[in-house]
Amino acid sequence: MAHLPLGQQLLDSCAALLLLLSFAMLSQRRVVTLVNLYAVQGAVLAAATLLLAWRTGETHLYISAALTVGLKVVLLPWLLYRLIRKLEVYRDTEPLFNVSGTMLVGLVIVVFAFSLAQPITRLASTATRSSIGIAIAVVLLSFLMMITRRKAISQVMGFLSMENGVLFGAMSASYGMPMVVELGIALDVLVAVLVLGVFFFQIRERFDSLDLHHLESLKERE
Amino acid sequence: MSAIDWITQVLEVVAAVAAAPALLGWLNQCRAWLQNRRAPSLWLPYRNLHKLFRKEAVIAENASPLFRIAPYVVFGTMGLAAGIIPSMGTQLPLVGSADAIALVGLFAAARMFMTLAAMDVGTAFGTMGARREMMVGFLAEPALLMVIFVASQISSSTALPVITEHLASGRLGLSPGLAFSAVAFILVLLAENARIPVDNPATHLELTMIHEAMVLEYSARHLALMEWAAQLKLFNYICIGFALFFPWGVATAHIGPVGLVVAIPALAIKLAVAGAGLAVIETLSAKLRVMRIPEFLGTAFLLAVLGLLVHVLLGT
Repeated sequence: MAHLPLGQQLLDSCAALLLLLSFAMLSQRRVVTLVNLYAVQGAVLAAATLLLAWRTGETHLYISAALTVGLKVVLLPWLLYRLIRKLEVYRDTEPLFNVSGTMLVGLVIVVFAFSLAQPITRLASTATRSSIGIAIAVVLLSFLMMITRRKAISQVMGFLSMENGVLFGAMSASYGMPMVVELGIALDVLVAVLVLGVFFFQIRERFDSLDLHHLESLKERE
Repeated sequence: MSAIDWITQVLEVVAAVAAAPALLGWLNQCRAWLQNRRAPSLWLPYRNLHKLFRKEAVIAENASPLFRIAPYVVFGTMGLAAGIIPSMGTQLPLVGSADAIALVGLFAAARMFMTLAAMDVGTAFGTMGARREMMVGFLAEPALLMVIFVASQISSSTALPVITEHLASGRLGLSPGLAFSAVAFILVLLAENARIPVDNPATHLELTMIHEAMVLEYSARHLALMEWAAQLKLFNYICIGFALFFPWGVATAHIGPVGLVVAIPALAIKLAVAGAGLAVIETLSAKLRVMRIPEFLGTAFLLAVLGLLVHVLLGT
């Protein structure tokens, strides 16, 4: 760490913070706090994008950062808060595994992701290549979150956080995706949340709960 | 080894033993101020010790010799630990004999004697306290070791003075790994010293007490030594924190004897700030249920391991 310039050190700190936030989301039981954490994750991602834009001079990264702030720090959390208020789900039920167990599995995943990133890191030529491992870890941890949660809304949070990880991965591997792709993904995520919001209401109307456990049985019991 | 090194060494141990009650007094004073109570005197812990030493010791009939020896062993271990931690200078003659891992082992030995003594008389409370202490200990120890490993990987040594020298040299920038392990260390410190989120040092409530339950059978000079050892343990832990994360002001090798003149006030200021900080943490947080303690310490372990992994990934 000794001779890195300040911008690089700040970027590394942002990457580490993203990883920490993923773990915080993994352990959080309250849905409102989960959304808060997601907003913070978006803000850290935007900060990292800004730093990278400043360091590399790539102008499209500024647009990407603005998009991240607008969509992931303001719009999506606002939509999600509204959903939570309407659906009145404030707490997830106990996750499938206990929290400490999930955390340990998360640690194993981080080790796996870091070792997976090693060959990619050697091939990449960007200044941020060392954080590719963290991006992969964030994606996999979000996967884990989707697997271990019962409530539909927490699973959607996992999906959204996974998208953050993918974006960060693209950023650290090749200074971001082409603008068209990035805009497309942003729109996709927005539409996904809107559609899933409608979906939540349908699920609740049908089963009186957002627990996806009910969707597992194929036959209706009369 | 020159004479000045030996002076530093002796001064360090004496200062730790002498100042530990004052640190606790200061911590209690800050807490009282934050909670809008009238603060007790800074010297109250000294008066308490003085009072206890004058009293006649009462020992249970069925107590074994271990019960009598334990306070001396625990106090001695903590005093020895104070000699290994580079709180004032890094050129210590004793340091070659033990590194950071041995230090963790020393703390474990003290805990062992304390829990054995607590179970010795066979009262329900003592046994319960001992069991809880062992639970906290076995969860906190790996986290503490991981914290030390992060710092020792950065400076490629497990000897605390070498780590302190390396970190104090200032060649290090922002290190996310070290920041994570600093947070983990604070969690371990709170748990190991029976501070508020894990144990409440101010009450004897049977449902929640850990440390107080273990020393319930002790009286007079034995109790005084146990209390003093606990204060010394807090002092030691805070000094380990300084050695790993805030090594500024410590007399390093190239500064020489003049460094000691700076090191003593620097240590006093750092201790005052740390005591106030601990008081703030304790005032802001509520006591955890005993069942939640594994989660609390699990978080500490997780943070420390994450710090290690992040350092390995980003530091190369």
